[in-house]
Amino acid sequence: MDSLLLDIVIKVIFALLFVAVIMSLAAYSVLGERKVASWIQGRVGPNRTALPGISAIPVLGPQLVKLGIWQPLADGVKFLFKEDPLPGHVNKLYYCLAPCIALVPALTTMVVLPVGQYMDGDVVKPIILANVDIGILFILAFGSLGVYGIVIGGWAANSKYPYFGGIRSSAQMISYELAMGMSILPVLIWANGPNSGLAGLSLFNIVESQQGMWLGVWMPIPAFIFLVSLYAETNRLPFDMPESETELVGGFHTEYGSFKFGLFFVGEYAHMVIGSAVFTILFLGGWNFLPDFGIESLHWLSDPWALMPNWLGGPLSVIYFIGKTLFFVFLFMWVRWTLPRFRYDQVMTLGWKYLVPGALICVVAYAIIIGLWDIAFAIDQTPAIVE
Amino acid sequence: MASETEISYGDIAGRAAQYDKDELRGEEMVLNMGPSHPATHGVLRLKLKLDGDIISGCDPVIGYLHRGDEKLAENMTYNQFVPYTDRLDYLAPLANNVAYAIAVERLAGIDVPERCKAIRIICCELARISSHLLGLGVYGMDTGALTTFMYTFTEREKLYTLFEELTGARFTTSYTRIGGLTRDMPDGWMGRVNHFCNQLIPVVDELDKLLTRNRIFMDRTRDIGIISKEDALAWGLTGANLRASGHDLDIRKAQPYCGYENYDFDVPIGSAGDCYDRYLVRMEELRQSIRIVQQAIAKMPDGLWYNDEAKKIFKPQKDKVLTSMEELIQNFMIVTEGPQIPAGEVYFEAENPKGVLAFFIHSKGGGVPYRLKIRGPSFCSLSILEHLCPGHMMSDVPVILGSLDFVMGECDR
Repeated sequence: MDSLLLDIVIKVIFALLFVAVIMSLAAYSVLGERKVASWIQGRVGPNRTALPGISAIPVLGPQLVKLGIWQPLADGVKFLFKEDPLPGHVNKLYYCLAPCIALVPALTTMVVLPVGQYMDGDVVKPIILANVDIGILFILAFGSLGVYGIVIGGWAANSKYPYFGGIRSSAQMISYELAMGMSILPVLIWANGPNSGLAGLSLFNIVESQQGMWLGVWMPIPAFIFLVSLYAETNRLPFDMPESETELVGGFHTEYGSFKFGLFFVGEYAHMVIGSAVFTILFLGGWNFLPDFGIESLHWLSDPWALMPNWLGGPLSVIYFIGKTLFFVFLFMWVRWTLPRFRYDQVMTLGWKYLVPGALICVVAYAIIIGLWDIAFAIDQTPAIVE
Repeated sequence: MASETEISYGDIAGRAAQYDKDELRGEEMVLNMGPSHPATHGVLRLKLKLDGDIISGCDPVIGYLHRGDEKLAENMTYNQFVPYTDRLDYLAPLANNVAYAIAVERLAGIDVPERCKAIRIICCELARISSHLLGLGVYGMDTGALTTFMYTFTEREKLYTLFEELTGARFTTSYTRIGGLTRDMPDGWMGRVNHFCNQLIPVVDELDKLLTRNRIFMDRTRDIGIISKEDALAWGLTGANLRASGHDLDIRKAQPYCGYENYDFDVPIGSAGDCYDRYLVRMEELRQSIRIVQQAIAKMPDGLWYNDEAKKIFKPQKDKVLTSMEELIQNFMIVTEGPQIPAGEVYFEAENPKGVLAFFIHSKGGGVPYRLKIRGPSFCSLSILEHLCPGHMMSDVPVILGSLDFVMGECDR
């Protein structure tokens, strides 16, 4: 009984920590976005917000202020304390519900997101809230619920521009979900191949199966399709149809203000962070340090964390994983401030005419290749790509 | 069934033709775009009729920036109207100043010295660079590439600093006077302009790399908003919009003014007349303007920067006013009565960044025009919207607007 209670307490603390980390990552990606944008555009970006006590520290304080490190704090407080307007013409229930629906799925998906590993005796275990077997399905299912926040927000605002945004995003997200789901199939086929010795759709297994070679190298086309779909799913440029500011003036959140807008905003960035994390897990070897090419003597290269004591190896693997994730968050921003935006019908054309068939071909091709591979090298029970 | 033939989204003409026959078309939605909307670059208002995402009707509403400039002109002296020309195309005030000054000088039958002409040409071309930089940057922004806008604005900032040195004002320059300029160039200004031009070329190249062969940008702009040569002429389009449609008309070449005939530059001509062509034409005009400015700097003549002979038109210099009786009286008369322009009529066209800006002035003698009519190029460019928009998607509207490169100050006057 005691151990069960302890288990629950640990899990709750862990969950809170998770939420805190993801939310602050999301908040700081807003700052990151502004900083990256200003670096790309030859500006300085946020560099004024100061926290009285800490910013007074001699050398360090001004540097932090220069980096705009307190800006998310100020933004958050501003969002909280601003007047929360409720326009007269909106559908009040849905209007208030939509921002929550936008944020909740993003936060829910992280339940099954492994972020690192630790050693339990000789067994490698993931640092994860719930290591369920249907991990990736869970993420896909809950991630796609996020579209309801946007659609309901666009509908509830009872105004033409948000309505356009809502309609566009529903069509876009549903279309790209298809390509996204299919681009993952080769990964699952690989991770669950007859000889891989692993089973289930758990994301931890997928990371484990990539110790030989990261799947992004081995499956560049599915990785690319997944990445493109990810941009579309998170409504980032060049696919930001729901909020294309030059034509829809902000799209679905035109009528929102104050904290409700803040929720949408953080939700979008949380989606981005989690999407990047999923991409890292699926195609970039998760927290594996470097690929070991399936060579037993090089195994320490992919998994140096196992050689360290848990108090060091565990956090290091998490940090490494977060580093990889942040690189993709940066890529999101880089692309946003470089490329123009597609037109709505071009987004659809790209999704249905190129990405979905491309993903289908990949599924078939990789199924055949992996099948042949398993027949030809049906010797070992460990996953190996290059002998 | 009429809708059996397959229409691809890119086939605008087919879509427009099919539209009336479509039995399945739904209810139309009227969408009000503007007058405060980021895509309308000012206070243009478009009443769009939408069938889904496809425009079936477009009704531009103008006049939100109407200030009655033409009527104002009848109530002030010729020189007092110069600041009002700043506010026509407020992205290229120097070019407006020059066009207005030349129009009145033609009416008065006076000429200005070579140095004045050369300075005016530098002004015109710098204004063109300034206007096109903004036009292209905003055009990039309309298609979603926000960074181009920042890059071009950085350059405009440098230009404004140059304008400030020359005229004393960054935005509303009011640099010309009838018969000359307010002042000569400051020392070393030409060198700084030359330096600006030299460092502008890599920036234009960078813009080129970011947009010109960008697949998304091309997808967004090619075959969108096609204006045929006939249409362009029928709607009175001028400037880059007309030349993008393939009609070779540049007032600087066709009816040279201000000594443009002495400069070597090319006039880019488009072929398809779509949004992409209009972008390409502007891009090339930017480079040609740099060429003209550098030529003007290289052969800047010495001499006076105002017409010394036009005693009743151009105010005498201050030092003479304070020392000589005759000049003092001249100064007094010009300030109180205005420059004395003989009775007559003039119609003068100048090739401005946005198109042909023309002034029609009817004078009954004295210092005040009897009637002053302004022909703003943006007004004509916008008139074609009603014809151009239907059949396109709603997302094309910002692109079309951006490609027409209008400014409401000039359209509404």
